[in-house]
Amino acid sequence: MDLKTKLEQLDQENQKRIKSVKELDELNKIRVELLGKKGPITEALRGMRDLAPEERPKIGEFANQVKANLQESIAERKALLEQLAIHAQLAKETIDVTLPGDQKQVGTPHILDQIMDDIEDFFIGQGYQVVDGPEVEEDHYNFEMLNIPKDHPARDMQDTFYLDDQLLMRSQTSPVQARTLEIHDFSKGPLKMISPGRVYRRDNDDATHSHQFHQVEGLVIDKHITMADLKGTLLALAQHVFGADRQIRLRPSFFPFTEPSVEVDVSCFRCGGKGCAICKYSGWIEVLGAGMVHPNVLTNAGVDADVYGGFAFGLGPDRFAMLKYGIDDIRSFYQGDIRFLSQFQQEG
Amino acid sequence: MDVSYEWLKELVDVPVSPEELADKVSRTGIEVDSVTHPDAGLKKIVVGKVLSLADHPDSDHLHVAQVDVGEEAPLQIVCGAPNIAAGQTVIVALPNSWVGGHTKIKKSKMRGVESNGMICALQELGFSDSVSPKAYSAGIYVFNEAIAPGTDALEALGMTDAILDFEITPNRADALGMRGVAWEVGATYDEKPHFKDIPVEETGKPITDLLTATVTDENDAPAYQMRVVSDVTIEESPLWLQRRLWNAGVRPVNNIVDVTNLIMLEYGQPLHAFDYDKLASHQILVRRATNGEHLTTLDGNDHELIDDDIVITDGTRPVALAGVMGGLDTEITASTKTVVIEAAKFAPVNIRRTALRYNLRSEASSRFEKGVDVGSINLALDEAARQMATLGHGAVATGTLSASAIKPEPVIVNISLARINHVLGAELTAETVTTIFKRLGFGVTEADGLFTVSIPTRRWDISIEADLIEEIARIYGYDELPSTLPTTTMTIGQFTPSQTRRRRTRKLLEGLGLTQAITYSLVAEADAPAFALEASEPTQVAWPMTNDHSTLRQNLVTGLLNAIAYNVARSQNDLALYEQGRVFLRSKDQTRPVEKEYVAGAITGLTRQKSWHEAAQAVDFYNVKGIVETLLGDYRLNEPVRYVALTDDPTLHPGQSASILLGDKRIGLIGRIHPGYAKAHSLPDTFVFELDLDALLAADRSDMTAAPAPKYPSVTRDIAIQVGIEVEHAAIEAVIWQNAGKYLQDSHLFDVYHGKNLPFGQKSMAYTLTYRRDDQTLTEDEVNAAFAKVQAALETELHAVIR
Repeated sequence: MDLKTKLEQLDQENQKRIKSVKELDELNKIRVELLGKKGPITEALRGMRDLAPEERPKIGEFANQVKANLQESIAERKALLEQLAIHAQLAKETIDVTLPGDQKQVGTPHILDQIMDDIEDFFIGQGYQVVDGPEVEEDHYNFEMLNIPKDHPARDMQDTFYLDDQLLMRSQTSPVQARTLEIHDFSKGPLKMISPGRVYRRDNDDATHSHQFHQVEGLVIDKHITMADLKGTLLALAQHVFGADRQIRLRPSFFPFTEPSVEVDVSCFRCGGKGCAICKYSGWIEVLGAGMVHPNVLTNAGVDADVYGGFAFGLGPDRFAMLKYGIDDIRSFYQGDIRFLSQFQQEG
Repeated sequence: MDVSYEWLKELVDVPVSPEELADKVSRTGIEVDSVTHPDAGLKKIVVGKVLSLADHPDSDHLHVAQVDVGEEAPLQIVCGAPNIAAGQTVIVALPNSWVGGHTKIKKSKMRGVESNGMICALQELGFSDSVSPKAYSAGIYVFNEAIAPGTDALEALGMTDAILDFEITPNRADALGMRGVAWEVGATYDEKPHFKDIPVEETGKPITDLLTATVTDENDAPAYQMRVVSDVTIEESPLWLQRRLWNAGVRPVNNIVDVTNLIMLEYGQPLHAFDYDKLASHQILVRRATNGEHLTTLDGNDHELIDDDIVITDGTRPVALAGVMGGLDTEITASTKTVVIEAAKFAPVNIRRTALRYNLRSEASSRFEKGVDVGSINLALDEAARQMATLGHGAVATGTLSASAIKPEPVIVNISLARINHVLGAELTAETVTTIFKRLGFGVTEADGLFTVSIPTRRWDISIEADLIEEIARIYGYDELPSTLPTTTMTIGQFTPSQTRRRRTRKLLEGLGLTQAITYSLVAEADAPAFALEASEPTQVAWPMTNDHSTLRQNLVTGLLNAIAYNVARSQNDLALYEQGRVFLRSKDQTRPVEKEYVAGAITGLTRQKSWHEAAQAVDFYNVKGIVETLLGDYRLNEPVRYVALTDDPTLHPGQSASILLGDKRIGLIGRIHPGYAKAHSLPDTFVFELDLDALLAADRSDMTAAPAPKYPSVTRDIAIQVGIEVEHAAIEAVIWQNAGKYLQDSHLFDVYHGKNLPFGQKSMAYTLTYRRDDQTLTEDEVNAAFAKVQAALETELHAVIR
């Protein structure tokens, strides 16, 4: 058999072999076996010295051709086998993507804090400061500075927990008004503040009464703050908390520390004002109390009531939450039932 | 105050229905809580006359009555009332009528006798027991005047009226009388009230022949006026008066007592009537009680008085607690012949204190403590005397005794148009403002935008500019005011660092899986001092509502544990709760507690549920410590935080609890609740932590600074050591860091083992130490040298065996 025939045979036999290989390892072995230094092509080329010199280039070229053919086939086969291997891996690794993921436990902020945070953010955006005040308060700040002297009938409006003659659990957040007014330096600008926090009243706990609840007090004092400003501020607040379509209305009321005093109704967010069970078929829901700060309150705090004036308001986050989310028992806020607490995922 | 629509219409023209009136008045003046129609749901109830009465043949208490109800034939009705008698004019519910409580009356047979309807008691029409006249409380009601049979009984009883419930705030005591309400309604609809003031006829002896009256201190009784009506006959009041009273929620008693109530309801002026003949002397003296003096009031209760109480005396003994309640000895009875009527103004503060002190708050005291119209005192007194003389067939003594008196003079308040508009943010005209003052019945003159307003005595709540501005605003209508936002010098709105941090703390804990709870600040006495971070005296409220809420809390943990118990009782067993709030701490020499912001957490059950993919994880100490460490790490505290085993807190497990120290200051605790405490409080195994937020906020904290990401690679070395089981990780860490050299960046404990393959009392701890230089790549030699030093120190200082 001449060398050329030998090479042709080598080519044919091995092409077949390469095409039938199933494993990359085996293919690699074939590559080494065929194309390595001790491989049959190298071996065949060694027989070239027996050829006539004019034959040598032709056979050499042919031998290189065979080698290239085999290399190409091995590369093709390798690509194919690699692709098959990836397919096999993917098939093996395929999972049920509908199985549940690993749940991470995230806590829920209390709904009352959510409401107070929201109201704080609303007023911070309008240049108010948030002022904290003591929960154990002096009669002086809780009542007297607010134009509610001892033995005044208005003291009936809130039954108070006293610690002794002078100290009490604050029955409202309004004493923070008095405290802030006393120290505010009006030469540095107007006073715009809110004060959220806990308050306490001597009530028996039931579905609609709680001896502990929350208030947010608001106060704006400057040289020219009007009742229209109060109305506009409360309208903006009502629309922020209860929805952009809400309207408010003011009704006369009485608080010793404001004059005029008003109660503020918001148009029913359930029925839009047509009348429903939530608004007791009136179309309106009472949500807060407000008024123009009584000159006695300013005078008591050492502020010149002829020059300065403004408005104050007080609202109840508990009541807001009950109305907004249809909560029918105020005790739910304080019992800590996880099923109640965890339903209020952060809004927004 | 219950306002009768019909009565109101006699005093002022009301152009609208009761419901419209309620809505309008609520918007402009006084909130009307409800409108009640007493005849609602009642039907076919007429006046009947009992023609004859026979005993029921088959009963010892039933009667068979023949009743004329204005129809051709009388109705036969079986009636069990003990007070029924022939000739009475009564209330008859006809067959197929509806009475109170949605009850339908049908023809029926009662023990074999046909009964065509029912003769009614007032309660059967919906009258409350507190309003029905006592004489008829155990039987049927009997009209005391002839009314044609067949007449609508509901109308005869005044039940076709509408009752408006006016919620009178303390400043509007002027509307605690019908005349005041009429003024208010008149101002709302621009209608002038029309009152009938009939002069009193004085036909009796001069009053000075009968009685003298003196006031010791005019501050106690600035006005004290008396009249006498003699030769009266005590009897039931006529139907019109009874109607008026019960529609106002007042029980008719007799003609004299009823007149005092009627006058109070009309004028807002409380009156008191004494039986002249029961006064020991006829020298009335208004004075302070002496300490220890006694008086038995009308309700039969005896009171030991003090010198803060104002009393009316008959010269020898107290006969009334002024403005609060009369004495039993001198009350009007069926035998009273001569009546002394008192109309006064008392010191509001004393009246209020006395009424509170003896728990005797009454219609009278609630008016006196808010003040009365000094212009109406004598009008009310005169009208009372006139009515008593008329209804009691007696004679009014000539003259009025005046122990003290106030001349009723209007109060003048000046205000400018500019001021009104400045406060309201409106542009009212002088004309508008003048009109409003006139509608309110105020005298007003205006010149160049300056108003001089004359306030009648009936509006004693008005004395300053702000009061007038309120009157203008409400009558003008709050709806008419514009809505604007305040225009001031710009102010910066921002949270304080403490507020920002508190919010951040809350968000972090929520992110770490804890749900926020809000528990009560007032807790049970035993709960208050548990889990204390620092010693404190308890602070208690003087009159707690319940023992469960008597003491100010000194920790937040017990509140959370209560919540845990509440949940577990409802089969909610996997819980992670936190609260951020105040505790109240007090030293012995303080009366006022210091308020501190704390945060606390309580975790029980599983922190991770078993799933197809993950194993369940029950909470343990290190779980909770991880939460605390993450939280404290976020505070960037300069001083090191240390956890020191806490073995002597009776509420905590002595082997699984620690004090948390910042430097040397105790700022928190963490641990498992003591099994004994858990058992006593029906609690599951629970881990808690508590931190003093105020201390954290006040502590030195590093500023946030930027450092470039490291340029040179780090090198790690693992070391496993065998040490005695009592050697704390903190001690090992201390040795590592003390001997680490300056290139150690991190020491990380990755394994703790004790048990098999280790000698008894020994454990194995494995750490990864990470070294890095920031100025160049560390050499192998540098790392080896540093690491060897640590190894050697562990061996010598902790007798560690390097494994």
